[in-house]
Amino acid sequence: MTTEAMAPPSTKSQVLRSFDVTDFPAVTGLEEEWRFTPVKRLKELVTATTLTGAAPGFAPGDLPAGVSLTQVDAGKVEPVLTPFDRVSALAFGAAAGVTLIDVAADTVAAEPVVIRVVGQGAAAAAARTYVRVGNFAQVTVVLEQVGTATLADNVEVVIGDGAQLTFVTLTEWDAETVQAQHVKFRVGRDARVNHVQVSLGGSLVRQFTSVEYAGRGGEAELWGLYFADAGQHIEHRQLVDHSVPDCRSYVGYRGALQGRSAHTVWVGDVVIRAAATGTETYEINRNLLLSDGARADSVPNLEIETGEVVSAGHASATGRFDDEQLFYLMARGIPEAEARKLVVRGFFAELINKIPVEELRERLGDAIEARLAKAGS
Amino acid sequence: MSTLEIRDLQVSVKLPEGELKPILAGVDLTVKAGETHAIMGPNGSGKSTLAYSIAGHPKYQITGGTVTLDGEDVLAMTVDERARAGLFLAMQYPVEVPGVSVANFLRTAKTAIDGEAPKLRTWAGELRGAMEKLQMDPAFAQRNVNEGFSGGEKKRHEIMQLELLKPKMAILDETDSGLDIDALRIVSEGVNRVRASGEAGLLLITHYTRILRYIKPDFVHVFVAGKIVQEGGPELAEQLEAEGYERYVAGARA
Repeated sequence: MTTEAMAPPSTKSQVLRSFDVTDFPAVTGLEEEWRFTPVKRLKELVTATTLTGAAPGFAPGDLPAGVSLTQVDAGKVEPVLTPFDRVSALAFGAAAGVTLIDVAADTVAAEPVVIRVVGQGAAAAAARTYVRVGNFAQVTVVLEQVGTATLADNVEVVIGDGAQLTFVTLTEWDAETVQAQHVKFRVGRDARVNHVQVSLGGSLVRQFTSVEYAGRGGEAELWGLYFADAGQHIEHRQLVDHSVPDCRSYVGYRGALQGRSAHTVWVGDVVIRAAATGTETYEINRNLLLSDGARADSVPNLEIETGEVVSAGHASATGRFDDEQLFYLMARGIPEAEARKLVVRGFFAELINKIPVEELRERLGDAIEARLAKAGS
Repeated sequence: MSTLEIRDLQVSVKLPEGELKPILAGVDLTVKAGETHAIMGPNGSGKSTLAYSIAGHPKYQITGGTVTLDGEDVLAMTVDERARAGLFLAMQYPVEVPGVSVANFLRTAKTAIDGEAPKLRTWAGELRGAMEKLQMDPAFAQRNVNEGFSGGEKKRHEIMQLELLKPKMAILDETDSGLDIDALRIVSEGVNRVRASGEAGLLLITHYTRILRYIKPDFVHVFVAGKIVQEGGPELAEQLEAEGYERYVAGARA
């Protein structure tokens, strides 16, 4: 047997990485990572080599002591993401600067930092956001994405040793918005990130989240909640790269779909490298189909190079509305429309409760009910 | 005083292929408020079909007969309308509803049944009282409906709903199944409280006579092969306890 034949197959962690968009071949839509995406609808985001539209504006509310938001040159921050797809590389090259959200070490912010990210129109644009959480800081950061945009953007998040970050991205774009986003977390030693990704608005939203660990004892929880209506494409991909011992990850995404050609995609990749002994990981995706004509693709992948893990597992389930639940609620006098609302709210409740901001929780519950009411279900 | 009248009720179950399989072959039964009826029969006789078809489960199709509550056509009503008209079904296998707390569920149901939200001032106390009577931990109110409940907890939760929602007619489908002796006693006491109020008619569906030691029926109906084959008083239950259903089953086969 030749050494070549014994070489391990190429893995998720070994794909091409570059900051230069021209290093990547043209996207055809046939590639594994694009095969579920209607790439034509991404327009310039997949074809251009630079983007000139105005980047979204950042509107911070009152920032607590120890937290700042500034526009800086790219040279001021150390990249933690080396792009591994063409759109992400394009966003890197084309971004005019960096929006830096800086949380000083040891800051303990009692109030969440809520920042509105406002799209500036349909002209294709690039953006780069950098969140730096200092050692032992504890903070909640919420990015609310609203308005109209055609956007390729990267969000890099560095969590210092012993720090705890709750990071919520709320996607409530207008109906025509197209976005391809990459969110990268670098989790420090004994640090913890709790990420909640809520995707409701936009025509096509594709969010790729990747996680790496910079030291032992890191924890990453990735929660996702999405609701796709007729014609919407909402795609979430994760790559959790366990290369350090004794780290933990949990990925839990839940979506509901209703209406013709509503399409959601969830692809969860977890890699446990040979060095990452003592890893504990689980990923699960659940989808609720509320009407005919909707499609949910769900692909969990677990790649394990060491047997010395605490636990590793994955699950995926896509189903229709449970008629028995409906019957039980209606048999207690609850009208059908209200019973449906209760069941869908219940389906999302566990995830909504992960959001530490009460006002946001209420808004999300209301947004989901408005979606249900719109379809008359 | 309320009256549930079932006349010549014929029901088929819808099979997955769309075919209909006849189960009930003409059931006649009248239940009045304040009365307790026991329907007893062997497994597969159609007892649960009777319960679920009266409640309006979509799996069953009515092929003949009538069901009225105080003269109103129950079969023309949707499932929720039946409940609001005063029918209640305590289920043999209560359904889990993830993410919906018991407190939220009960308040929503009470609001739907009464046509107005219960008064905040008194509701909390009413709920707590209902839970205490069934010896349920107050933490229960924050758990998700039936999720992770033991068999006994599910049945106590059903009887708690019976007491809170105050229906005119309650059908209890195999409420005794899967209960240990303590849970059976607690659940029976709840049913007896409803019975003692004299305001509800009760239809107990059971395979065994065990629960009838705690809840004394006024009437006993023997149910075999989709219909009532004999009727009598409480003494009929004792006779069944001693002799079993074999005599009736053999009769139905002949």
